[in-house]
Amino acid sequence: MTAVDDAPLSAAGNPIGFGSMKRVEDQRFVRGQGNYVDDVNLPGMLHSAILRSPYAHARITSIDTSAAEALPGVRAVITGKTLEGIARPSLLGDNFAWMPTLSYDTQAVLATDKVRFQGQEVAYVIADSRYIAKDALELIVVDYDPLEPVMDAKRALDPDAPIIRDDKGFTDNRVVDVHGQTSWESGNAESTAAAFARAEADPDCVVVTQEILYPRVHPAPMETCGSVAYLDKVTGQLTLYTTSQAPHAHRTVYAMVAGLPEQKIRVISPDIGGGFGNKVPVYPGYVLSIIGTIVTGKPVKWMEDRSENLMSTGFARDYHMTAKVAATKEGKILAVDVDVLADHGAFNGVAQPTNFPAGFFNIFSGSYDYPDAHCKVDPVYTNKAPGGVAYACSFRITEAAYVIERLVDCLAQELQMDPAELRLKNLLRPEQFPYMSPTGWEYDSGEYEKTMRVAMEIAGYDELRREQAEKRARGEYMGIGISFFTEGVGAGPRRTMDILGLGMADGIELRIHPTGKGVLRLSVQSQGQGHETTFAQIVSHELGIPPEDIEVVHGDTDQTPFGLGTYGSRSTPVSGAAASVVARKIRDKARLIAAAALECSPDDLEWELGRWYVKGDKERGKTIQEIALLSHGSLELPEGVEGHLDATAVYNPPNLTYPYGCYICVVDVDPGTGQVKIRRFIAVDDCGTRINPMIVEGQVHGGLADGVGMALMELIAFDTDGNNLGGSFMDYLLPTAIECPDWELGETVTPSPHHPIGAKGVGESATVGSPAAVVNAVIDAISPFGVRHADMPLTPANVWRAIQGRNVRTDMAVE
Amino acid sequence: MQVTITINGEPVTRDVEPRTLLVHFVRDDAGLRGTHWGCDTSNCGACTLWVDGSPVKSCTMLAAQADGHEVTTVEGLEQGGELDPVQKGFIECHGLQCGFCTPGMMMTGRWLLDNNPHPSDGEIREAISGQICRCTGYKNIVKAIQWAADNPATNEVNA
Ligand code: FES
Ligand code: FES
Repeated sequence: MTAVDDAPLSAAGNPIGFGSMKRVEDQRFVRGQGNYVDDVNLPGMLHSAILRSPYAHARITSIDTSAAEALPGVRAVITGKTLEGIARPSLLGDNFAWMPTLSYDTQAVLATDKVRFQGQEVAYVIADSRYIAKDALELIVVDYDPLEPVMDAKRALDPDAPIIRDDKGFTDNRVVDVHGQTSWESGNAESTAAAFARAEADPDCVVVTQEILYPRVHPAPMETCGSVAYLDKVTGQLTLYTTSQAPHAHRTVYAMVAGLPEQKIRVISPDIGGGFGNKVPVYPGYVLSIIGTIVTGKPVKWMEDRSENLMSTGFARDYHMTAKVAATKEGKILAVDVDVLADHGAFNGVAQPTNFPAGFFNIFSGSYDYPDAHCKVDPVYTNKAPGGVAYACSFRITEAAYVIERLVDCLAQELQMDPAELRLKNLLRPEQFPYMSPTGWEYDSGEYEKTMRVAMEIAGYDELRREQAEKRARGEYMGIGISFFTEGVGAGPRRTMDILGLGMADGIELRIHPTGKGVLRLSVQSQGQGHETTFAQIVSHELGIPPEDIEVVHGDTDQTPFGLGTYGSRSTPVSGAAASVVARKIRDKARLIAAAALECSPDDLEWELGRWYVKGDKERGKTIQEIALLSHGSLELPEGVEGHLDATAVYNPPNLTYPYGCYICVVDVDPGTGQVKIRRFIAVDDCGTRINPMIVEGQVHGGLADGVGMALMELIAFDTDGNNLGGSFMDYLLPTAIECPDWELGETVTPSPHHPIGAKGVGESATVGSPAAVVNAVIDAISPFGVRHADMPLTPANVWRAIQGRNVRTDMAVE
Repeated sequence: MQVTITINGEPVTRDVEPRTLLVHFVRDDAGLRGTHWGCDTSNCGACTLWVDGSPVKSCTMLAAQADGHEVTTVEGLEQGGELDPVQKGFIECHGLQCGFCTPGMMMTGRWLLDNNPHPSDGEIREAISGQICRCTGYKNIVKAIQWAADNPATNEVNA
């Protein structure tokens, strides 16, 4: 094990504090002893399955469930009509057929009037086994009256387009947010328009415009979504085991949806097989399992299939962007403007802070120094599954980073300038931090050029360009792509950030037991991030207690304080800060107790890792373990100091943290087949202080694979009839070990000035930053064919079409 | 119908429907939940275990087809309280994050090393190419299997 800096090693060989340390949780996982939702089996448990719509848009004229109900082993069949008949003593509406989304829209739990996307929930069967439940689905007869589906976001705003949300009385397909807005703008429209007008008129300037699609993709964690619900009718206690990235927020939503008293609801997120934002929303299936246990009085399990996961749960992106940049011919960027048509699907189910209806997309001005930026986002309903904010997107910074990094490369091509040189000319300089961006984000810290130079050094950038020139002369097509991204993560300051009115601060609790070993209770929850290890390391860093002596408890609302959960790379920036703050509270209290024991003033004491000692007399001191025992013992405590060594904290971040990085991708493209081979991928991340570098690097690796997948193969497209063309792993292609290169990583460390330990969060950096590097590399490779842009995914067919000079439309099936 | 499958050396006999998938038999009937399932189309490999010593995606096979055969699962990797070098390698090299693909990956890794004790990185990538991991980007899985190749019977893994 390697410790960072001077962290000493514990008796077990772990760094006391920060450093690469093997993960605590691996012990159970390598033995096959993880406990995922589908591994939960309660006595008398029933199984369930959901009948889904084959149509994207259709009126339901009748549902006949009699044959399904007659099947032996079936306990109940529930339809939207049944739900309309269950009165709900709740805060929202009066029956169970509809539920709130995380963005103040409503979503059908089971369709009552019509279906609005293929795969929508229509009926629910509870049975003795999952096989019987599935058999029963086949016996339900639904009569549909098909309607014209709106599959193309561009069609949604046509005056004659069918209205999708007639349930809300809407007369067009615009999404209306909680503030009544149907269009979301940021930046300065006037100054940006003026900057473009000046540039257009100036012969020493250029304006480059590009349409860029970030197509619909899906996070597709290896474990699908599911839940096991049990309502104990005697105690009134509802226990829900569920694939949730936000168990506390979900508890509150269930209290509102089901009208159950919140203190009687216990949400448990056991081990989660990957989340990536897919497990942030509340899905109809979870609610149905709760209804199932209410109806049958038994525990009910619901686990979706992969096709259900891909077709009905939170998708990502679907942003149709028109971006333009103004610059001088020397390559100084002057202004950027982006117009977005945002496809939100049939229900507005985005999971993000309320005041940011387009997420953090307006951070698109990126890592560059220019005064004028503006964007406008028009969200529309279509007959597709809801979602939009998922897949490690940092609340849509994926789209933002992609559009600016693609646009900068388009500009470089226009100016015939090396894209590295163009970026170096425009990157923010260290003395500009804290930097206020033209769209209102205060970047906390960064040394961008340094990070970029490290990446170029590892890549051997100049040598690569030489090799490329030689190859081009031989008719070989090699490409080098760069992306430099800045994220804002760790939502967020509760003054401006909430979800459904719940402020985004995180609670935490630390108890040090008499023997000096402790339990840390987190409000956030892990889906593979290794919290049981890293959070113990944070406490270890602050108190000098070996990490193996700190037990981390998470994922159970009855055992942990309230907080908003793990997504948007917020665990380290928010809960990690909370861990540090709560440990410092313990350290401060330990000082008072040590002073009492040593019969001196607390001011006379000094801290060294794990110990308070008397200034100038290092021998006289008390270790944190000794103090823990004293705090529980009979020592006379000073006035106002309570016994024991426990503390709680709620951390409200003063600002976001701004991790950033520079990625370089090297590809070889076969112009005959359009096949792209990623030869190298260099990733240099700056996420501030690294608590556990091994885990940081692992997270970066995973995100880079996401980027390769999105850039080259992943896609949820539709045909005009509304059929989802990416509804299984046969059609939704994910990268395997063959497509992924041997990642080459580097780092710089620029701590966040406002985070207690200077950490910034890294969980999504690579997913945000890598797609542009891959696409830029492919376009660079085929630029000799006159290609300036082609939309993801750059499958062999799409690359080949681009080389042939054909237009490529990836979001709809080619007729 | 009655099916008897020897799982990790123990015969398990159950009455099952003929259509019962092997993955469901192992998880629900034998109660060994270390084998996971992740898709409906035999693409993900989360369900990988061994039938008669070779890796099989257990969602592609009926329990009835495994009647009378030997199945080995992740729970069978540990021998006499000692982790298999592949299991140790996954811990040492951070070859897992959420752990969902991990049992299947380790079963393939162990099988590969049994047949090719010193594989190249490319051979490892090829061997696991029928399995998907959404967390690790594969690099550390390759390293983990290489670690096991380099430490065939080490006793000194960190617990
Ligand atoms: S469950 Fe996906 S391959 Fe078997
Ligand atoms: S570790 Fe999560 S899928 Fe592989």
